[in-house]
Amino acid sequence: MTPEELQKIADTELEAKQKGGHTLCVCMAAGCVSTQSDKVKESLQQAIEKHGLKETCKVKGVGCMGLCMAGPLVAVEQTGALYQMVTPQDADEIVKNLGKPPVKRLECDTTQPFFTRQKKIVLENSGIVDAERIEEYIAAKGYEALLEALTSMNPAEVTEQVSKSGLRGRGGAGFPTGLKWGTVAKARGERKFVICNGDEGDPGAFMDRSVLESDPHRVLEGMAIAGYAVGASQGYIYVRAEYPLAVKRLKDAIKQAERHGLLGHNIFGTTFSFNIEVRLGAGAFVCGEETALIASVEGKRGQPRPRPPFPAERGLWDCPTLINNVETFANIPPIIRNGGEWFAGIGTEKGKGTKVFALAGAVKNTGLIEVPMGISLREIIFEIGGGIPDGKKFKAVQTGGPSGGCIPEQFLEMAVDYDSLAKVGSIMGSGGMIVMDETSCMVDVAKFFMEFCMTESCGKCVPCRVGTKQMHELLTKITGGTATAGDLAMLEELCDVVKNTSLCGLGMTAPNPVVSTLRYFRDEYMAHINDRRCPAGVCKIGKEQLATV
Amino acid sequence: MVMNLTKPAMPSDDKRWKIVNATMRRHGHSQHSLIEALHTVQEIFGFLDETALKFVAKSLRMPLSKVYGVATFYNFFTLKPQGEHTCVVCMGTACYIKGAPQILEAIEHIAKIKPGETTADRKLTVISARCFGSCGLAPAVAYDGEVAAKVTPAAATEKIRRWMNS
Repeated sequence: MTPEELQKIADTELEAKQKGGHTLCVCMAAGCVSTQSDKVKESLQQAIEKHGLKETCKVKGVGCMGLCMAGPLVAVEQTGALYQMVTPQDADEIVKNLGKPPVKRLECDTTQPFFTRQKKIVLENSGIVDAERIEEYIAAKGYEALLEALTSMNPAEVTEQVSKSGLRGRGGAGFPTGLKWGTVAKARGERKFVICNGDEGDPGAFMDRSVLESDPHRVLEGMAIAGYAVGASQGYIYVRAEYPLAVKRLKDAIKQAERHGLLGHNIFGTTFSFNIEVRLGAGAFVCGEETALIASVEGKRGQPRPRPPFPAERGLWDCPTLINNVETFANIPPIIRNGGEWFAGIGTEKGKGTKVFALAGAVKNTGLIEVPMGISLREIIFEIGGGIPDGKKFKAVQTGGPSGGCIPEQFLEMAVDYDSLAKVGSIMGSGGMIVMDETSCMVDVAKFFMEFCMTESCGKCVPCRVGTKQMHELLTKITGGTATAGDLAMLEELCDVVKNTSLCGLGMTAPNPVVSTLRYFRDEYMAHINDRRCPAGVCKIGKEQLATV
Repeated sequence: MVMNLTKPAMPSDDKRWKIVNATMRRHGHSQHSLIEALHTVQEIFGFLDETALKFVAKSLRMPLSKVYGVATFYNFFTLKPQGEHTCVVCMGTACYIKGAPQILEAIEHIAKIKPGETTADRKLTVISARCFGSCGLAPAVAYDGEVAAKVTPAAATEKIRRWMNS
């Protein structure tokens, strides 16, 4: 592939677009597929043929458009009209009305805050390009950043741009990406590796899945740029086996990129070579931890090991290894294209750029959103999310999954970034955001996450293996209405022990949901213990419990 | 190091073993390919039995104990055959707070089995999953791999009853 060839692919693609006619974009991400969007796509195709519009109209599958609750979604590329909850029976009407005002009955208002309040960098192509065609990605400036990096920058300059951007790891901990790249670049070793962490194990998060399904080439391009910057020629993407569609799209994307010479030997005629392989996870939450993930890529049980040495020095097969999250890599191409300063101009002082969140739970507009750092929780939940459905009252928002915490109403005005979330006892996490209303019992929620950590503990270190089990037993006693004040004291002590003595992030953060609910919803714990009742009516206590035994 | 390059014989004439072999060969029969090999076995046979574990262990020149260790460490692998139909209830956070426990309860009630079990007539396997990533459509249930959105206990019961009576 030469720069001219890349340009030619983009031109041909754009020319075809300017020919006129209509293109119907059907969301083919996992959410909409599970509401039969594949059948909708078929019916639209048939309707076009039936009306003899084959020459001027076409149907294409695109990635996630965000508003999952209104799926399947269909957009008309040329007019921007968006249709929601489309059924195969609606296809005829949609096709008949192409070129006329949109069908009122199915129209989805794109002027609502859900769409207007977002800022898209990572998801800029999501819902627009066909994830299965590399040509569309190229037409959307795809692989331009890789070309620029390889032909007009040296590796240190690439890392410098990333440092300048202020990008921090999007996997949750928020380590400065440029610093990590610099460390791996400096580490001595004949072989180095780049790993993309797509083991999105947080229950309630689906950002990585959507990015991989909607715009897989963006992640590949980010990885190749990283490989050039740190001096690696082999990359691995570790993806959950539970995401079959993402795995398939990735594998296809890698093949296409190889065929076009955008991965493989001597990319763009330079001396730089880079290959990427997919590695499947097999359902272990702990594999999101970097050393456990490395063990899993090596084909072993996913158990973490003490750090240091950090993977940047000794990672995969003891070689220096760069590990970044899917969303981190997806941010790289635009940073290289537009420069680090452009990126640093978005967001807050300590949190640059945007963050993708999976908004779910007790909120009207559930789906995938991307917002600038520094936006308030209230804006996310009540404007973009449309508020709490069924006239219920907001109780808490949970971020960071089993490692995060529950944030109560008093902090809704808080600007969202890494530090502010940490200050109120939660974490940014990978981007799961679950809204809870008055019908959720916070003790039950804490128990839910503890059950999760208990089963997902790999068993290597005692505090995590035994501690999470003890904490779960105590929480079960509390929700069952048989706990004493002493049990609560014991629970608090265990939170401290498990947090401070566990080997890896799983154990260290496992007490977070308990600590944060105890901090803000202590009255609910007390009601269970002292009055033997569950204020939200979720836990079965007393007579009710006896009846079910 | 002296390498023993003789490959173990296939466990049977079943042609599907060749696919397993191909996966291991693609990675040069290196021990790193263990998880990939187990994925292939499970994909084509539905579960990992003793014969398969032994075959993979021998092919990759690893102790069976290590292979067994990996196969049982990861939730995705199953050592037991599945029923004719599989119903996976998502127990991710979003599904949990939107009523997944009630769905599971209803299914357990009519199928008379717990998650991870298969009915005696091998018609149905019930599994509770960590998270499908379909949180926007919570609560979600996958019937034979097809994800259904916004499921109610009644709808799940209906579907299971139809399967069990088929």
